Amino acid sequence: MAKKKILILILLLINIFGNCYSENKPYSKLENDISKNLRCLICQGQSIYDSNSEFALSMRVYIRDQIDSGYSESQIYNMLVKKYGQWIVYDPGYSKKTFLLWFIPLLFFLLGGAIIYLRIYKSRKL
Amino acid sequence: MEELLQFSAKKKITFSFLIFAFLIFCFLILNKALNEDKIYSPKLEKNKNSYLPDFNLPQLFSPDQVLLSEIVKQKDFSLVNIWASWCIPCREENDLLKSLSNINSLQNIGINYKDKKKNSIKFLQDYGNPFNHNLVDYNGTESINLGAYGVPETFLINKNRKILLKIIGPINNNHIKQITKIING
Repeated sequence: MAKKKILILILLLINIFGNCYSENKPYSKLENDISKNLRCLICQGQSIYDSNSEFALSMRVYIRDQIDSGYSESQIYNMLVKKYGQWIVYDPGYSKKTFLLWFIPLLFFLLGGAIIYLRIYKSRKL
Repeated sequence: MEELLQFSAKKKITFSFLIFAFLIFCFLILNKALNEDKIYSPKLEKNKNSYLPDFNLPQLFSPDQVLLSEIVKQKDFSLVNIWASWCIPCREENDLLKSLSNINSLQNIGINYKDKKKNSIKFLQDYGNPFNHNLVDYNGTESINLGAYGVPETFLINKNRKILLKIIGPINNNHIKQITKIING
């Protein structure tokens, strides 16, 4: 009996602390997805999702507000890029500034393919 | 056989030299990257995106909400400073902000960032109040709307809310010179 009481007491205590530290409203999947794609500008190498800095926490509230006001995921990215620049999103997108980033790997791939092709072609000829 | 060995030794030297050069190259790049400023901010372009959005914020000393565009009309230039009582650089820049409040055509607008009301009022009592208007951004979303990184951060804007100068981090004497230069034309 005493054991049972202690067990119930422990369970109650766990629940109380759980309620104290739980968030008011857990983040939705969309909110988490957006925050994973955003760079925390004041922390090094962390996304908004990973960070607990004041900036990141405000950003999460901001993201929730924007979703509640009916903005779509891409609209939110565009708004933040306008404010903070391209650096805030992990996906650099296509633009005049980033076309080299996208096309140099492709170019190298084609160049490498051409070299391999020519070598094989030559060795066959010999 | 000897010739072959000599040849490979020569090759070894060039190979090790190449590795050495490569390591120096890596070191130089790393060194440059480490020395670079870690804050990335879009440059203020002359026409695009260089206006502060209008916003409605509660005041620190009265419960009324206030519209930024309404306050900005009162003077030719406004200095919007985001601060918090828990931010130590904000204490240091407080004196500089006070020195700026002597300029007639300039007003200081303070935005209290993620702070407790009690602490922020105590801060203003202890260090002095350099602001003509005290606004409160309780959860920090309005600062993100402004494109701010955190505290301290300062915008110099004109009557139309056009951003003339953006200072990330605490202001120093150089910034004061820049500000007075812009105000005096």
